Amino acid sequence: MAEFALPANSKPKGGQTHPVTGSGKNVKTFKVYRWNPDDEANPSIDTYQVDLDDCGPMVLDALIKIKNETDSTLTFRRSCREGVCGSCAMNIDGTNTLACTKYISDVDDEVKVYPLPHMPVVKDLVPDLTHVYAQYTSIEPWLKSASTAPERERLQSPEEREKLDGLWECILCFCCSTSCPSYWWNGDRYLGPAILLQAYRWIADSRDEDTGSRLDNLEDPFRLYRCHTIMNCTRTCPKSLNPAKAIAEIKKLMVERRG
Amino acid sequence: MSLRSPIGRVRGLGSAKEGVSHWWSQRMTAVALVPLTLWFVAAVTSHVGADHAEMAAWVGSPVTAGLFILLIAATFYHAYLGLQTVIEDYFHSEAAKVVTLVLIKGACLVLALIGVLSVLTLLFEG
Repeated sequence: MAEFALPANSKPKGGQTHPVTGSGKNVKTFKVYRWNPDDEANPSIDTYQVDLDDCGPMVLDALIKIKNETDSTLTFRRSCREGVCGSCAMNIDGTNTLACTKYISDVDDEVKVYPLPHMPVVKDLVPDLTHVYAQYTSIEPWLKSASTAPERERLQSPEEREKLDGLWECILCFCCSTSCPSYWWNGDRYLGPAILLQAYRWIADSRDEDTGSRLDNLEDPFRLYRCHTIMNCTRTCPKSLNPAKAIAEIKKLMVERRG
Repeated sequence: MSLRSPIGRVRGLGSAKEGVSHWWSQRMTAVALVPLTLWFVAAVTSHVGADHAEMAAWVGSPVTAGLFILLIAATFYHAYLGLQTVIEDYFHSEAAKVVTLVLIKGACLVLALIGVLSVLTLLFEG
């Protein structure tokens, strides 16, 4: 059966509190998931108080401030700080999103910060993405062509190029896949919304000549058809993309090619 | 513990190359059930107060019997496809999955057969 409760050694217990330093008047409380692979302890939820008058507006600003000034052991991924790299994807205030584009002021109460749900944790807010990257490799995300390479670029009409809009913007942060209950229960075989959107990005590309075998690879009760249009993917996408629609387009093509 | 590579694990046994007919059948039976269910509710409520002989004569007419058989077939086929999806979602032990699927398939078949044979009995003997 699917596991509906956390294993005993994954249940968060206790946690340290780091009060605000100085006489901050505009204080926000952050509750941050902590887990260290180097000790045998359960995860904990640590509390950090941050003076917002001395902090940037985004959740990532607060995490960096905590790491720089309060607790250097806090571990998270970040790179571009402007929503194009997808490194700082995490669960903030109950929703998967990018810490760098999430305003602290959007959260009314305490800011709860957890790693992406239902993924193995490497440390603190860092999920292990090995499996989902392997799934990405499995859809062969590159242009495949049987015809001779042209002298110059491969041309597309403006209409053909338009079909890639809403697909190329995906930054592979995996907010969508890790918000999908179907991916939680069957992520070992179900490819999940992020990978299926990427698969459709190549299926929809007029320059790609391998559409048939791409569809062959996806036609599977688990790889594709575990999507039950739950729509968490579309609701949570920090880039406002629509993975559920991309999956529906793949399902439509599966029917279309039969006759 | 497995030392298999991540991509080896993902590729696994390969694509089953099926699933589209299951998906399409589930949608088509759903579409068929909309008019059939509306007809069923309207037709049965219009016979409120009828006695056994009147009901038997009504169900035993070719048009009603035909619609009833379609309704029964679509209902149990749709029910089986839906329940199969739920079992595949949540049952992670192969043995439990196969046994439950066989039991559900059997139950849906038996119930559908009972329904169809009852209609045919009224059609040919009623």
